[in-house]
Amino acid sequence: MALAKRIIPCLDVDNGRVVKGVQFVDIRDAGDPVEVARRYNEQGADEITFLDITATHEGRATTVHTVERMASEVFIPLTVGGGIRTVDDIRTMLNAGADKVGINSAAVTNPDFVRAASDRFGAQCIVVAIDAKKVSAPGELNRWEIFTHGGRNPTGIDAIAWAEKMAQFGAGEILLTSMDRDGTKNGFDLDITRAISDCVDIPVIASGGVGNLQHLADGVIEGKADAVLAASIFHFGEYSVMEAKEYMAGQGIEMRL
Amino acid sequence: MNPNKIVVIDYGMGNLHSVASALEHVAPNAEVVISADPAVVRSADRVVFPGVGAIRDCVVAIRSAGVDTVVAEFMASGKPLLAICVGMQALLEHSEENQGIDCLGLLEGKVRFFGAKLHDDAGQHLKVPHMGWNQVQQHSAHPLWQGIEQGTRFYFVHSFYVERESVASSTIAASCDYSKEFVAALSKDNVFAVQFHPEKSHTAGLQLLRNFSEWNVDSNNLNSVEVA
Repeated sequence: MALAKRIIPCLDVDNGRVVKGVQFVDIRDAGDPVEVARRYNEQGADEITFLDITATHEGRATTVHTVERMASEVFIPLTVGGGIRTVDDIRTMLNAGADKVGINSAAVTNPDFVRAASDRFGAQCIVVAIDAKKVSAPGELNRWEIFTHGGRNPTGIDAIAWAEKMAQFGAGEILLTSMDRDGTKNGFDLDITRAISDCVDIPVIASGGVGNLQHLADGVIEGKADAVLAASIFHFGEYSVMEAKEYMAGQGIEMRL
Repeated sequence: MNPNKIVVIDYGMGNLHSVASALEHVAPNAEVVISADPAVVRSADRVVFPGVGAIRDCVVAIRSAGVDTVVAEFMASGKPLLAICVGMQALLEHSEENQGIDCLGLLEGKVRFFGAKLHDDAGQHLKVPHMGWNQVQQHSAHPLWQGIEQGTRFYFVHSFYVERESVASSTIAASCDYSKEFVAALSKDNVFAVQFHPEKSHTAGLQLLRNFSEWNVDSNNLNSVEVA
């Protein structure tokens, strides 16, 4: 008996529609978020992550409404990320039915926000999202830095040290996205996933780059991730969540089937 | 008046939407109400006592809302009560969290920290919080386990656990393993308490909530006899 590794389909949502860009360019419409979440739930998804990429203020109201609809139909944990900057943003999403919120840029701007959020709502609902990019040259010792604003803004902060700091500040989980791999379908950056998972005591979700089922298994076996997140391989019907779980179980990984 | 009024106790500690909508989903004929009003709780046929976040904040909020007396009174009424996660821990005597907190003491039991740098027997790093789907080993037949197979996975998220040795073994309804065996569910008369989140545990969780919405406390003993 053991805790199962998790598969988390991720929905990138813009103005109430699921979209998924390839390296943030080619945006394809993948449907109604509630419909998509319901489908993943039926396929055995362990959690759902809802990443709000809506830029406009009016769009945010749509997001809250979508989260409410999703939470009243899908009875598995739901994480909402994207644009979470204040304690009020967190409260709004939790009240709408989210179980956890993902904090990204706001943690970098003000790390104490993570501490305040964790004290107020509990570590269990605070996911710190880290977008990391390799900055070491080939042949050098591996080094990654964190980037904000969808990978556009460098911060100069070392990704591993940052993960440790966020765990100390009360994050309950880390969502680690490799900006080098995101959208490439070449697999997770296993080196950084393992480095961070080994050094923090909280669960780590690997994200960015999944193109096939072996990549998911590698994230757990080699990357030591506690959960794996993927979007496009599920959205366009290449694989169902259950196929992915069965494949991973076939590799000796403890899964909820 | 609805013959099946389920009150989810609200003491201002966050999202009760999930529990309420899961109950509405499995018991469409029940009246599901979120409230901390003693009169409303008294009028309930069943009560759900949830909890999230840190135990200190929960216990402070429970006491300042007067929910401690309301819950004690409801427990004494003999009507079904389901406590979830920190709600379960709050019913017990003491928790190690926040440098040690005296809880409501309505049930026997102590809450401890999983610890840092945990490893399983195979040397795998076990993360804290214990987060995700783990297998629940039922210790006895109970109406709330009806239709749920032995070893079914439920969704957990917690860093503190109810210590097995601190509770009477007759009250352990289920256990779970995470570096050590801990109490996943407690049952005593009209009270059922779970560490996991049935409202987030998909089909199995919904089945448990459905069982709760139909639970007739008088049938507990009948089931025990069947098992014997």
